[in-house]
Amino acid sequence: MTAHGDVGRHRMEAILRAQEETILKRWLDTAGATVGGRADRGALAGRLRDIYQALLQSVGEGGDASDLRGLLADLSRAQAREGFTPSETAVVVFSLKEAVYGLVESQDDTDALRGYIWLSRYIDDLGLFTFETFVSAREKIISDQAEQLLELSTPVVKLWDGILAVPLVGTLDSARTQVVMEKLLQGLVDTGSEHAVIDITGVPAVDTQVAQHLLKTVVAARLMGAECVISGIRPQIAHTIVTLGIEFGDIVTKSSLADALAYALRQSGVQISQGPDKHVVVGLERG
Amino acid sequence: MERVPVLKLGDLLIVSIQIDLQDQSVLMLQEDLADAIVESGARGVIIDITAVEIVDSFIGRMLATIASISRMLDAETIVVGMRPAVAITLVELGLSLGGVRTALNLEKGVAMLKDRGGPGTAVVPGR
Repeated sequence: MTAHGDVGRHRMEAILRAQEETILKRWLDTAGATVGGRADRGALAGRLRDIYQALLQSVGEGGDASDLRGLLADLSRAQAREGFTPSETAVVVFSLKEAVYGLVESQDDTDALRGYIWLSRYIDDLGLFTFETFVSAREKIISDQAEQLLELSTPVVKLWDGILAVPLVGTLDSARTQVVMEKLLQGLVDTGSEHAVIDITGVPAVDTQVAQHLLKTVVAARLMGAECVISGIRPQIAHTIVTLGIEFGDIVTKSSLADALAYALRQSGVQISQGPDKHVVVGLERG
Repeated sequence: MERVPVLKLGDLLIVSIQIDLQDQSVLMLQEDLADAIVESGARGVIIDITAVEIVDSFIGRMLATIASISRMLDAETIVVGMRPAVAITLVELGLSLGGVRTALNLEKGVAMLKDRGGPGTAVVPGR
């Protein structure tokens, strides 16, 4: 059986080498038809030629498939960038089977047919490999983005000497609140600030859990000797909080960040006065 | 048995906790502190927990007890230098240290007590 398999394999290798130009042309035609007019025909031809060369190398005696896999990974990435689905990429690889079958079919050759079956399995593996590459590349992008989002979404900014602000954007869950809490408290220690403003303008909804998280943060800051003001409470959110029966106790809440800053400045003993050079100009319409 | 030293600075007493607290050393600290407040007539007590990395409900209760004892002796307690992780743990444990004032660091704690006393009240009893 293995002897037959080997014979088939050698026969197929010979066919692949001898009919290189014909197979490549057919492959390109079939693959080009699958991907439609969206792909750059010239670039695709170049890639398929490279892949074919690598395939020849890998099916030869003691062949090394690492080149081939690298090229397939490149193809998969390039296709993904151009907006193709992973199935379309796999179909491009599978269409090589069709191209070879046309040649095998025309001659009455058992060895060639056996070789074809072997090649078919081999190409299936390669097609699946492009699929895996696609999925792993996609997963990496997703995990990178999640990490970036976590970093991005929790900036601690200094508003004034001794006043920090945390503008929260997006839905708050336990993991994010934990990060926010730690960053804010660490910021208080690092800058020696005694006031902090937590701005929830960008938080779409406040439920009991989010409120609980906010309260915990405020109490933790208090334990460290800093006061927190919660600002950016929109009318609907105020309504929700009252309806849910959440008690904010003696925690100061303000409707806008500006109010909160003014409050914090007052608390830290800063006086604001309007400069004399400030003019308000009102234009009059001339009739 | 390690003893936590009680330092006197003007009319303030400063306790800097730098060891892992055991039940026994806490009891001794409470006694030492009460004695020191009476002896020196201190107006304020500052407990510095900058070096404390691990807390449990026991430490939380200890801080509250010390604050109560000091208040009985007419001295105000301020806990300073609590680490973020410690604060988060205490909140998760449900301890909010009611009745204990806090400050970010020793400097702010001292300033807080000085403000309260007003100018000219820093009287150190001669002995």
